[in-house]
Amino acid sequence: MHSIQVTVGSSSGLHARPASMFVQASARQPVKVTVGRPGQPPVDARSLLSVLALAARHGEVLELTASGDGAEDALKALADLLATDLDAAA
Amino acid sequence: MTELMRGIGVGTGSAAGPVARMAPPAPLPAPRAVTDPAAEAAAVRAALGAVVTGLEERAARTSGTGAEVLAAQAMMAADPVLADRAAELAEQGTDGAHALTTAFDGFRAELTAAGGYFAERAPDLADLRDRAVAQLLGLPVPGLPDPGHPYVLVADDLAPADTALLDPERVLALVTVHGGPTSHTAILAKALGVPAVVGCAEALGLADGRLVLVHGADGLVEPDPAPEAVERATARERRRRELLAGFRGPGRTADGHPVALLVNLGAPHELAGAAAADAEGVGLFRTEFLFLDRAEAPGPAEQAAAYRQVFAAFAGRRVVVRTLDAGADKPLPFATAADEPNPALGVRGLRTAARDPQLLETQLAAIAEAARDSTAQVWVMAPMVSVPREAAAFAARVRAHGLPTAGAMIEVPAAALRTDRLAESCDFFSVGTNDLAQYAFAADRTLGSLAELLDPWQPALLELVATAAASAAAQGRPIGVCGEAAGDPALALVLVGLGITSLSAAPASLPEVRAALAAHTLAQCRALAELALRADDADTARGQVRSSMSAR
Repeated sequence: MHSIQVTVGSSSGLHARPASMFVQASARQPVKVTVGRPGQPPVDARSLLSVLALAARHGEVLELTASGDGAEDALKALADLLATDLDAAA
Repeated sequence: MTELMRGIGVGTGSAAGPVARMAPPAPLPAPRAVTDPAAEAAAVRAALGAVVTGLEERAARTSGTGAEVLAAQAMMAADPVLADRAAELAEQGTDGAHALTTAFDGFRAELTAAGGYFAERAPDLADLRDRAVAQLLGLPVPGLPDPGHPYVLVADDLAPADTALLDPERVLALVTVHGGPTSHTAILAKALGVPAVVGCAEALGLADGRLVLVHGADGLVEPDPAPEAVERATARERRRRELLAGFRGPGRTADGHPVALLVNLGAPHELAGAAAADAEGVGLFRTEFLFLDRAEAPGPAEQAAAYRQVFAAFAGRRVVVRTLDAGADKPLPFATAADEPNPALGVRGLRTAARDPQLLETQLAAIAEAARDSTAQVWVMAPMVSVPREAAAFAARVRAHGLPTAGAMIEVPAAALRTDRLAESCDFFSVGTNDLAQYAFAADRTLGSLAELLDPWQPALLELVATAAASAAAQGRPIGVCGEAAGDPALALVLVGLGITSLSAAPASLPEVRAALAAHTLAQCRALAELALRADDADTARGQVRSSMSAR
């Protein structure tokens, strides 16, 4: 089991386009990834509705968790994406 | 020959086409005993899959904002956790319609509880739920029709959520059973530049595919029109469009008196269309979109970035920025009090700056920073100014940030009556007719039942505009009108006759206003204004001015 903590970089939070980009990227990973606030029950990172319902705002810390082959690379890729300001990226 | 159907007309054009109705959502049937849970679960997944496919197909055929909205909706409907939850309920014996409803409503409640931007997606889930349930039950899928050819949209009423999805290439005209002249449908029709008839109760009886001719100017819907009638209307419409296309560039009357034609801008997605419009700039840049649905005000960098985009799109042109107009129908947790008994008469607009000066300071600093590296002529004005002292304090703060042009909205009768005094500190004015009518007539502008009092043709409202315009002219200050009133070609002539120097409206309204101005001299505009001022009521004013306008 691997996990990594990351600060939400998108200026409007994990909402709309940033949330869809994150969910789409999660669906491309070879392993199942979960996301949530540290210490709270996480949700499936491939579920747009669950990710939106987290209501994660700019600057909040989230924890990504995965296990199995490729888990570390998957977490790294998704954490990089979460830390980026996806609202600003064209 | 069938009976004509009567409603409230919007726009001046006519259009004919087959009816396509917006199907209402199917009521949820009574719970049903499930005999084959596995089949029920499969049906639930199939219904969701069909909704996703349908949305994706439509997204592929649509462009711009509409395509993005459809793609986002498809992604929500394709949510694996949603499908698992619904299928699991079905496997446990819940019928498909209820399983889908429970699964969607669970997420809907979570998003609503999350608040802010997140809660804005909750209505999408209700719409997707209705689609999935209709699909499962084999009923017509609710929402905007998609007959595959251009159509006249007939609906009970249209919601803001439908706006982005309407394809202006396909929608020939709008007819709604409910709604008044300021309803969302009417505003949408103006923005799309298509004729509409709203508040047309008889439209309920129009079946899909029936040919109708819609007359925006007269508020008439003609079912089964004779081919000659369609031909006449089409020819007239073609002539009208050719005529409009013949006028370009800065607004002016027939005798060359300049009247600046500007666009209103209130959301980032409108920017491209607004910038492409044949206009001299932005007459009203509403900045609320930056502040709505947030727990805290946006910081200076985020604000400056947003303003910079607008100034860049309007390089070399005028942009009139209105500072934050919080309160009344736009409450903000960080700017307005939740416990005012009469929010429209409470601490709103510029009045919030007295309570929280930093909010305005940050906004002015961000506007100034964005203006510094732009060639746009940035003017800044305050909403809800009542007395000269407020205007002077505001103007001083604007200039302290290095912004040279400061002004005030005229939307409180006290300000309209004392515009000469406001002119001592203000460089320009902009009349907000909707709020000015609300305050002059003591009529809540959100109440449909008071629509008559809020009619912008009310002679008393026009008299307030005349007073403000005369004071502004005496002091050599420009005074514009921003709002629905400026987009009505006949009323625009009256406003110019009253002394208004610029008109700001939705981009689609400008060509007709420009053409109307070009067909009338300033003296004719003044005569029309005199007619309107002398009328006993709004209907008489409107009728007399329209029948006295030069034939076009």
